[in-house]
Amino acid sequence: MEWVNIIFQGVLLGGLYALFAAGLSLIFGVMRLVNIAHGDLIVAFAYMAYFVMAALHIGPFTSLAVIVPAAALIGYGLQRGLLNWTLGEELPPLLVTIGLSVIIQNLLLVFFTFDTHRLHAGDIEIASVQFLPDLSVGVLPLIQFAVAVAIIAGLQIVFYRTALGRAFRATSDDPVVAQLMGLETRHIFAMAMALSLAVVAVAGVFIAIRTDFNPFYGPQLLIFGFEAIIIGGLGSLWGTLAGGILLGIAQALGGQFNVGWPFLAGHVVFLAVLIVRPQGLFPKVAL
Amino acid sequence: MALLEVNALDAFYGDFQALFGVSLKVEEGQIVSVIGANGAGKSTLLQSIAGLIKSAPDMIAFDGAPIGAMRAPQLVRQGIALIPEGRRLFSSLSVGENLLVGGQVGRPGPWTLDRVFDLFPNLKHRKDQRSTSLSGGEQQMVAFGRALMTNPRLLLCDELSLGLAPIVVKEIFARLPEIVREGVTVVIVEQDIVQALSASSHVYCLQEGRVTLGGPPAQLSREAIKAAYFGV
Repeated sequence: MEWVNIIFQGVLLGGLYALFAAGLSLIFGVMRLVNIAHGDLIVAFAYMAYFVMAALHIGPFTSLAVIVPAAALIGYGLQRGLLNWTLGEELPPLLVTIGLSVIIQNLLLVFFTFDTHRLHAGDIEIASVQFLPDLSVGVLPLIQFAVAVAIIAGLQIVFYRTALGRAFRATSDDPVVAQLMGLETRHIFAMAMALSLAVVAVAGVFIAIRTDFNPFYGPQLLIFGFEAIIIGGLGSLWGTLAGGILLGIAQALGGQFNVGWPFLAGHVVFLAVLIVRPQGLFPKVAL
Repeated sequence: MALLEVNALDAFYGDFQALFGVSLKVEEGQIVSVIGANGAGKSTLLQSIAGLIKSAPDMIAFDGAPIGAMRAPQLVRQGIALIPEGRRLFSSLSVGENLLVGGQVGRPGPWTLDRVFDLFPNLKHRKDQRSTSLSGGEQQMVAFGRALMTNPRLLLCDELSLGLAPIVVKEIFARLPEIVREGVTVVIVEQDIVQALSASSHVYCLQEGRVTLGGPPAQLSREAIKAAYFGV
């Protein structure tokens, strides 16, 4: 039963990883932009939540009402004001987001020092549900997992059932012809970034309730996001969820063998998938 | 006043000049064809009109207004649509979704999904198929319908016949009069001269980026067209 418990914890953690990955994969899917600053934005939104909570005396969940719209606005502005100008070739957007990553980390360091922070959610952090005599699961991870799955389902609906999603996919297929159909690709890209950062903001607040964060925590989250995408297979949101869960389980099991092993175990599973099935578990796009 | 007026248009790809002082007029309700050999600048001309290549504002006038500096999405809203060479359907979208993307701009007009399916009945059963699973001719019909869904006043067709069997080409060209009846003015660019001449009321010939001939097809002799086309 101990193992079931551990695997359960891994699944729940994996939902969060899938959430990091969904935002990353959305941007890559729509505009072939690899956002190296993705993890740092997650951390930046965690800090934002920290100060919104302190200023308004609200909990982390309530703070989402402020953080998510703010993140979407920042995403839209970032895309229209900066990233749209870098698109067209592979290298420039990559270099610019690397620069962005460095800038965000150092700004966070200047303003908030290297001290670690954590978002406090109150009593809910220690509440748990008893599923079986030997299996009890924290309420907070359960809620986070449910929200992560709901967001991924929501993204799936946006992508495949709405006019905006159709515009995303059309623009991704052929941006020039998309313009000939009257789609303002600059706006479409900015909408994709807004959506991505809105998702990232939720992920940022959630992870910051579970673990301590500091200004340099971002790149690690970025790697988890990448790994979840690659394990799941590019272009498939449900695949990304599966990838995140597999990564979460691997880390939980690794941690059980040795407290120093969770990340190593995650990376080993990632490498194993790359070797055995380089296209990922549920690939959707041919590269 | 002509619906479309091109005045001494120069167009460039980087440093390379593709069009030299091209002028032409398209009256409302006409089918005008532009013929010319490979590299004569036909596609460049259409891309300039559609806003994919920028020009000086006054070089292109649509309904009397200078549009040379406008970008493609703005021009679609004004009522200019281009069917690109090689069809270029959205490969991850279904046939129906391809058509709906065209309708997304929301210009009012006669063209709806049902109306396009009336025009090309084949497509109706293939609505939910991947666009890449269609034959070349059906793909061209989707590209055609997708452009019509923007409800254009001016429809630019770049090499409709490219890579298609003659019978399919004939079928597609046979739809042009119906489209014109709905109030669409059509400019076709073609290498298939016979098809172009029979379909249009006015023809322009381009050679190395310059207009070498223009007039109603009936008034142009084979020799004149040959000379304008090949420059011999």
